[in-house]
Amino acid sequence: MRTLIFRTAAPYLTALMLLFSVFVLLRGHNEPGGGFIGGLIAASAFAIHGIAFGVPTVRRAIHFHPIAVSGFGLLLAALSGVVSLAFGVPFLTGIWVSPSLLGMSVDLSTVMVFDIGVYLVVVGSITSIALGLEDREDE
Amino acid sequence: MEIGAQPLTLLALLLPFVAAALAPLLCRVLKHNAAWLLALAPALIFLHLAGFVPQVASGRPIAGGYDWIPSLGIRFSWYLDGLSLTFGLLISGIGALIVLYSGGYLKGHAQQGRFFSFILLFMGAMLGLVVSDSFLMLFVFWELTSITSFLLIGFDHGRQAARRAALQALVVTGMGGLSLLAGLLVVSAVTGARDLSMLLSSGEAMRESPLYLAALLLILGGAFTKSAQFPFHFWLPNAMEAPTPVSAYLHSATMVKAGVYLLMRLNPVLGDTAAWETLLPVFGGTTMLVGALLAVRQTDLKLMLAYTTVSSLGLLVMLTGFGSERALEAAVLYLVAHSLFKGALFMVAGLIDHETGTRDITRLAGLSRAMPITFAAGLLAALSMGGVPLFFGFVAKEEIYAAVGVLGVWPVALIMVAIAGNALMFAIAFTVGLKPFLGSRDDMPKRPHEGPALLWIGPLCLALLGLAAGIFTQALHAAISSPMASAVAGMPMDITASGIPHLGLPLYLSAATIALGIAVYRLQSRLRDVIAGALDAIGWGPDRGFDQVLRGLVRVSFAATRIIQNGRLDIYLTVTFVCVAITLLVPMVAYGELPAAPQFPALLPHEWTIVMIAVIGLGAVVYAKDRLTAIVSLGIQGFAVALLFMLFGAPDLSFTQFMVETLSVVILALVMTRLKLTPSDHRRRRDKALDLTVSGSCGVAIGLLLLKVTQLPFDDRLSAFYEAHSRELAHGRNIVNVIIVDFRGLDTLGEIAVVMIAGLAILALIRVTTPDVAKDAR
Amino acid sequence: MEAAFSVLVALFFGVGIYLILSRHVIRIVLGIAIFGNAVNLLIFTSGRITRDGVPIIPAGSDLLAGPAANPLPQALILTAIVISFSFFAFVLVLAYRAYQEIGVDDTMDMRISEPRDDQLPPMGY
Repeated sequence: MRTLIFRTAAPYLTALMLLFSVFVLLRGHNEPGGGFIGGLIAASAFAIHGIAFGVPTVRRAIHFHPIAVSGFGLLLAALSGVVSLAFGVPFLTGIWVSPSLLGMSVDLSTVMVFDIGVYLVVVGSITSIALGLEDREDE
Repeated sequence: MEIGAQPLTLLALLLPFVAAALAPLLCRVLKHNAAWLLALAPALIFLHLAGFVPQVASGRPIAGGYDWIPSLGIRFSWYLDGLSLTFGLLISGIGALIVLYSGGYLKGHAQQGRFFSFILLFMGAMLGLVVSDSFLMLFVFWELTSITSFLLIGFDHGRQAARRAALQALVVTGMGGLSLLAGLLVVSAVTGARDLSMLLSSGEAMRESPLYLAALLLILGGAFTKSAQFPFHFWLPNAMEAPTPVSAYLHSATMVKAGVYLLMRLNPVLGDTAAWETLLPVFGGTTMLVGALLAVRQTDLKLMLAYTTVSSLGLLVMLTGFGSERALEAAVLYLVAHSLFKGALFMVAGLIDHETGTRDITRLAGLSRAMPITFAAGLLAALSMGGVPLFFGFVAKEEIYAAVGVLGVWPVALIMVAIAGNALMFAIAFTVGLKPFLGSRDDMPKRPHEGPALLWIGPLCLALLGLAAGIFTQALHAAISSPMASAVAGMPMDITASGIPHLGLPLYLSAATIALGIAVYRLQSRLRDVIAGALDAIGWGPDRGFDQVLRGLVRVSFAATRIIQNGRLDIYLTVTFVCVAITLLVPMVAYGELPAAPQFPALLPHEWTIVMIAVIGLGAVVYAKDRLTAIVSLGIQGFAVALLFMLFGAPDLSFTQFMVETLSVVILALVMTRLKLTPSDHRRRRDKALDLTVSGSCGVAIGLLLLKVTQLPFDDRLSAFYEAHSRELAHGRNIVNVIIVDFRGLDTLGEIAVVMIAGLAILALIRVTTPDVAKDAR
Repeated sequence: MEAAFSVLVALFFGVGIYLILSRHVIRIVLGIAIFGNAVNLLIFTSGRITRDGVPIIPAGSDLLAGPAANPLPQALILTAIVISFSFFAFVLVLAYRAYQEIGVDDTMDMRISEPRDDQLPPMGY
């Protein structure tokens, strides 16, 4: 599968897909998209990169072990739910703030943090699976 | 009831458990001398209970307790009348002596702390059992005594005989416990009573109920197994595998009397009926004779005593069911007397074993000079057991003969049984308490000498008590026996029997018993041979039957497991899916709930195309002959599903499905390139036909269900809520995403946890290195 | 429309179960993948099917512009897709590793934990 064309195109494809995955994640609350889809896109990006350049390259690029990323995502999602407890409302209730940054009002919320957690869990787990399976090919 | 006594009583009931927890620690620090400290616990309980004697003797039972599970109406409550109090005094009093005795008996044993722990646990359980008021507590403590008995019999778990005996005792008494539970439930259903004190006043209702016999049989099942009545007697002699303190305490003085306690306790409720007065004497009498005859056959001191215990328990059951007040008095007196002399004799037997290294009566002789204190204790206890005047055993026996010594066929038959049994027990009493000390000294494994104080205090105290009780009968009756008999009979009783012989029929019968006993004592070895020969001729007994039953159980369960859990995945799956099809189809057809025939679906041409693509993809997966076709076909049906989602207003699903199908194809390709397997089907045509039928039925069933569901009116309240509040409450315009991350966030949290765990599991599977086991098993 | 989907769902279930019942590991794995789709379509269909549009509220509005697809089954299915994918991957890897270790792909021959010639347990105490 490591043809020249594929290897040339792969870095751009990966970069584009990663960017797109973040875009899909962030717009998910209002338009089609969200953590699950974004996560799957990012995982596919890593899988493609792994096929093109080998698993060690991808592992170096991610720096953390993918399953650790997944675990961090789960922790993040759970913690985002804890925030609401401090406000005396039930676990996982959405809390919204709208600070103005550079004259623009930006909506930040625990729900968004939760969705980022979902994204990380999906990215981490599925990348871990894909890389694990690709890894064996080299043996 | 005084206010201060209630917490104190609770404390007393809990004290053995506290002591049990501390025992191992104390034992590590103080070695065997911990016994002195630990014996304080039962001694304190004894003193506390003794304080109740005057009040109970004046006919006012003590009741108390605390709410345990108020929502279920369950109380931790106790009820102390003459019967419970006497049992409580015996348990705590003998318990204190037994703890001391164990200190000496197991001196230097590595597990002595554990032993103390178990025996104190048992004490707590037994005490709880006899004072319990509520049925539930009674049952829980009843089972706890079975379990602690199991632990104690199996204390020396290195030996197979001990393990077998422990298991046997647990199985037999455990079955009895279940029977008792069922019986108590029946009683409770009939009378509405949840505790004993309430039940005691509703005996009339119980006896007239059509369920009386069922309740009686179930409760007898519990009592007879616990008190080792024939044919359940076999576990008790085997229980002699336990260290001697256990035999003395559990298997003669206390636990085995739990069944008798239960019968006595329920006598006012269940007694005074033809069934009661037939079953109890018949089983009790048989047990008495069988036990006594088997006792003569033994040469081991402990086994002899064990069989006479069986015999005595039979006598107690017989007397309880005899149906006269006199007999109940006799049962009460004999119960107390038996606890004293049998406990003492067991301890003497253990002491002899401890100091000489053998328990075989044919090797023991001439110990009187080396072990004078033991001799004194043994002889005093034997005199009481043999029923010699001035001793408490005599008082009890006089009362027995007075009770059954009335005219009629039934009493005469029982009196014959009683005389024969008592004569045999007389012989055994002196075989244990006198014979080892007489004659010239034989060679024994150890050079005999007197044991330490810890060992002889117990037997001597109990034996002396037997004498004292026989002399000061009136005081004893006033304090103990009369209140106890009143509780058993359910009406005030006044016992007058004394240790001084009076002329009369009972005395003649006593004399005859003693004469016969002496004859048996002298002819013992010949009698032993005769019984041994007879037993060999029979060749089978419940003890061997127990082994056969257990083996049969293992075989049956093994065969059943092979049928149900046959290790074949295809059978498991076929059964599962057949059940799915049946549960869906049968009710639909049986209740006429089949969906109405639908109109031809009005799909647009491009929609039809995609549906057809999905169908083709499915077909191709089934018929794929090589790997690549299978993978691609799987992708085709997946993408078709994604397109369907897209067409019918679900872009989120569509994207997700596209990504997932892509990834599925990728990992399938990664794995399949290395799995040199073709996905084609090599099975026989018959198997395929069966699978086709099963899967076809499931598919049709689910399709029909879905059709029916979609024909029913649609309840859109939940969807409408989400649609109405998505923007307003959760500030999101993509309702699907809002549901996932906000409205149903907790669900999603769980789901991403699942995804992560799946990732972890796969990682582990990939990384795990060659398991040798699997390779070897190939 | 629901009728057509019911037939399709029935077909998905039938094929999925048929593959799962075959004794070959690879076919079982494929069957599980199809079974997952069948369940998703089942949920989707029972939430009713419409061509009315996506359940997304137009910008600047608090409510949907008009009738739209039912969002609830979609939310349920979205997570289900990801989970069934994880499960599919797990089963695939399990089958792969099992084949590597014991070298058979017929479930009839995968009998290490429940061997065919199982012995009676010991009869002692």
